[in-house]
Amino acid sequence: MTTSPSGRTLDQARWETGLLLRNGEQLLLTIAIPLGILLVLGVTDVLPVDSGGATGSDRIASALGVVMAVTVISSGFTSLAIATAFERRSGALRFLGTTPLTRGELLGGKLLATLSVTAISVVITTVTALLLGWRPTAGAGWSIVALALGVAAWVPWGLALGGSLRAEAVLAIANGVFLVILMFGGVVIPASSLPGPLDILVAYLPSGALVDGLSSALLLGQPDGVAMVILLAWTTAGTLVATRVFRWS
Amino acid sequence: MASLTVHDLVVRYGARRAVDGLSFEAPEGAVTALIGPNGAGKTSTVEACVGLRRPTSGTIEVLGTKVPGPDRAMSQLHAHVGVMLQDGGLYATARPLAMLTHVARLYPAPRDPAELLMAMGIDPDTRTPLRRMSGGEQRRVAAAAALVGRPRLVFLDEPTTGLDAVARRTFHDLIRRYVDEGLSVVLTTHLMDDVERLADTVVVVAAGRAIRVGTVADLTGDEDSVRFTAPMHLDTSDLTAALPPGSTVEEAPPGRYHVTGNLDPLALSTVTAWCGQHGVATKDIHLGKASLEDVVVDLVGDM
Repeated sequence: MTTSPSGRTLDQARWETGLLLRNGEQLLLTIAIPLGILLVLGVTDVLPVDSGGATGSDRIASALGVVMAVTVISSGFTSLAIATAFERRSGALRFLGTTPLTRGELLGGKLLATLSVTAISVVITTVTALLLGWRPTAGAGWSIVALALGVAAWVPWGLALGGSLRAEAVLAIANGVFLVILMFGGVVIPASSLPGPLDILVAYLPSGALVDGLSSALLLGQPDGVAMVILLAWTTAGTLVATRVFRWS
Repeated sequence: MASLTVHDLVVRYGARRAVDGLSFEAPEGAVTALIGPNGAGKTSTVEACVGLRRPTSGTIEVLGTKVPGPDRAMSQLHAHVGVMLQDGGLYATARPLAMLTHVARLYPAPRDPAELLMAMGIDPDTRTPLRRMSGGEQRRVAAAAALVGRPRLVFLDEPTTGLDAVARRTFHDLIRRYVDEGLSVVLTTHLMDDVERLADTVVVVAAGRAIRVGTVADLTGDEDSVRFTAPMHLDTSDLTAALPPGSTVEEAPPGRYHVTGNLDPLALSTVTAWCGQHGVATKDIHLGKASLEDVVVDLVGDM
């Protein structure tokens, strides 16, 4: 039994994490697809990787940045939006709205669950990268900050989408946005390979800024201040939008 | 003392008034049933009382707390209130015990989820996810979810819809036991069996207003009557004349006739003879006390 707000938030986070880990489609999005992309980008040269012409460990480091970004976007946006939309449709969120759990505690639980699943996926991909020959540079820990900021930037948009439209529409839009962002948001295809002015524009998207922040940490071992500010701006904007449009049912 | 007080409640959807000045009280430790036709405003009222829908006007007080209120105040109130929604409310991919255990953890002094599921006739060890359970089984889990927090007041919105007769009786017995222990219940239902077996007070709602409040006995009365259905607007003056002095014949709503007053054993044969003489084809003729369903149909049909 729980009576404190923090205790209820943790309980909800544990519950949401369990639901995510038992859902095959969610696992495909948050673990299997990122792992597949790491293998394709890190081991083959099917797609260009923005590693400044470097090879070996740097190529895998750059691919790891991309994969971590994919993980954040898939778990913090696509999976979250779809799961939230179907919970709305089933009435599960309406029911929770009649329990002692507050809206803030519910959203906090979802954020923590997303962070947990992202962390699990990042650990799996990082271990895979190490097995493929990646050797982290000093300062690679900044990637954790970039990851946290990335989750914070994407989660409000996932909740805004999942909390406002019909479940079927959310399913289509969330997957569509995921694919478009992957291809043209500076993730799988590097911003430098996109035609102008897209290459400049994507740096200001939460996807491009996230990849920049992760690449800076993993390749150079230093934080990318501009990218972090951009992510914080998307977090603020997303939170404002989500609080206005999110509905329990 | 009232566990719930609703005063002059109005809930609007655009131009339509789903609830239109509804007032009633639900006493503590008793079952208050809201009954009435579809669209009468019962579910909108429940949703407003539990904070899911903002009233247009009027006041609601639940266990001494004004609703709606700030998030923190609503959270504290919800620790003592259970809700069974009219439909849904369950995590489709979860198993019953897992979901109930999670819900229980949100409350300060919950009931044992496994025991509650067993009491509702659901195997707590089942590995079947909720989405694969029958509609009736899902309703029983939803009822258990409303009760697992050991509420002082529970709102049950059409709780027995889809339940078989045995499950309905089991549910009635469980609710009655909790009420005997002090639970207050606000029940909405279309099943008069629920009302007759559970309700201490009945509020008949139509067009968003309370049109009659009382016990089942108050509503049905203890006076015998002959009731029958026949073509509308018959001239019944000679039937009245044929009946014992003091008897009356009323048509309300159109097509439903009530013969009341000093009914002797020959009253029924007098009515059937009158029908035969006038070529009136009757349906549903019976002598006795009006059922609750008769009363509701008459009340709502009069509006």
